[in-house]
Amino acid sequence: MEQLAQQLVNGLALGSIYALIALGYTMVYGIIQLINFAHGDVYMVGAYVGYFCMVHLNLGFVESLVIAMAVCTVLGVVIERVAYKPLRKSTRIAVLITAIGVSLLLEYTMMFFVGADTRTYGVLPPFMEQSFNVGGVLITMKQIIIIGVSVLLMVVLQYIVRRTKVGKAMRAVSQDADAARLMGISVDNTISFTFALGSALAGAAGVLVGVYYNAINPLMGVLPGLKAFIAAVFGGIGLIPGALLGGYFIGAAETLVSGYWSSLYTDAVVFGILILVLIFKPTGLLGSNVREKV
Amino acid sequence: MLEIKDLEVGFGGITALKGISLSVAEGEIVTLIGANGAGKTTTLRTVSGLVRPRAGKILVDGQDVTRLSAQARVKRGLVQVPEGRRVFPQMSVLENLELGAYLRKDAKSVASDLDDVFARFPRLADRRKQHAGTLSGGEQQMLAIGRALMSRPQILLLDEPSMGLAPLLVQEIFSIVSEINAGGTTVLLVEQNANMALQIAHRGYVLETGKIVLAGTAAELTSTDEVKRAYLGG
Repeated sequence: MEQLAQQLVNGLALGSIYALIALGYTMVYGIIQLINFAHGDVYMVGAYVGYFCMVHLNLGFVESLVIAMAVCTVLGVVIERVAYKPLRKSTRIAVLITAIGVSLLLEYTMMFFVGADTRTYGVLPPFMEQSFNVGGVLITMKQIIIIGVSVLLMVVLQYIVRRTKVGKAMRAVSQDADAARLMGISVDNTISFTFALGSALAGAAGVLVGVYYNAINPLMGVLPGLKAFIAAVFGGIGLIPGALLGGYFIGAAETLVSGYWSSLYTDAVVFGILILVLIFKPTGLLGSNVREKV
Repeated sequence: MLEIKDLEVGFGGITALKGISLSVAEGEIVTLIGANGAGKTTTLRTVSGLVRPRAGKILVDGQDVTRLSAQARVKRGLVQVPEGRRVFPQMSVLENLELGAYLRKDAKSVASDLDDVFARFPRLADRRKQHAGTLSGGEQQMLAIGRALMSRPQILLLDEPSMGLAPLLVQEIFSIVSEINAGGTTVLLVEQNANMALQIAHRGYVLETGKIVLAGTAAELTSTDEVKRAYLGG
């Protein structure tokens, strides 16, 4: 029982990370039907910016988090403008291949500058190293921070998407881009904003992971990126609640597998989930059966 | 108020509009009638800036808007109710209407326009929290028109508002269009239902495979043999 509770707490922390990354995948997919494979690398860049701020500039956690989010926001917008926007009228596969190209570009550009070695965030402020024993379940301050920051960001995102003008524009563009144009909505700006939001969340996830695992490297975005993608597909790609559900589900599945079985099998189980979802419910748990627009 | 000059539009190898010209004066309802595939929707899409013409000009109040973005044209008061309504299905009625006022910054007059729309379409008021996708066809058409009104159009472009609606509803929609026009909004109405369109329009144009083949007052067109035979079922 304690073991189960412990693994669920761990799963909640890991799931928060996946959920943050999955949100970016799902929002971008919702608006331009692109699986942005460079998204995991934006998360990696976020982790490095956080590292640079905390280790070299000696900034605090919150400042570093905010700076990493800001840098990733700009990066996301630049990627969209430079790599994807010129392909707006191209085939989907062309954009997808471009996304993979951007992904490799980010990974190896980073490697060129910082080397392939794993870096550590170093010694964290003492308050972040605390942990609490709640009825035999160990909860670390890092986990509390990860879950707290993630939930806060999700609430802010939900507010932006539901209540603000630009959020309504995002939803309008994702439901019917031409009709949105007829309302005077600038589709290009709305797409940029979507990339900005998603990338900011990925940047935050990068810093949180850096703090949590205390190890970052230029290829760290590959696997979490794929898993967050699976999380988005699991919940129903294009759906924000689906990304949250999928993120937490994949996080919990991973920690339970490594807790009860072996951490060697976590990847296999997660990719197994993808296969099962694609076979039995390709639109995801929350997705309706798609009616192709005529 | 709206002038289209020698407009030519093509997609790939197909020429959809082969140089059409028409004009709509302030306060008029002008209808563009024609069969399926004649180029009616293409005309409106080009006027709204969703499609770029190969040649020709679109003028609003004498000013060339041919190169302007769709957004800039909405700002100029050129507002379209698209074919098939195109409401945002997973957003509430209220949100759809708010999006109509997307470019407006005057919150007070937006709120009063919203009241006006709900007064004009009481059925939308009852369903303001409901997703637009769950509305009936007629309600969706009302929502699409209400949404367009929220952006305070100078010229309202309507694309087949009668499509897929029961005759009684078509009557209702057309009398609403007349009312809107009586309130000072200029209307360009694209219709397959020539009979209804010519009843409320002042003037009309007949479009056939990308060309305007006839033009005249509504009365003239209604009495033309060609129009009677091809579009009025008699």
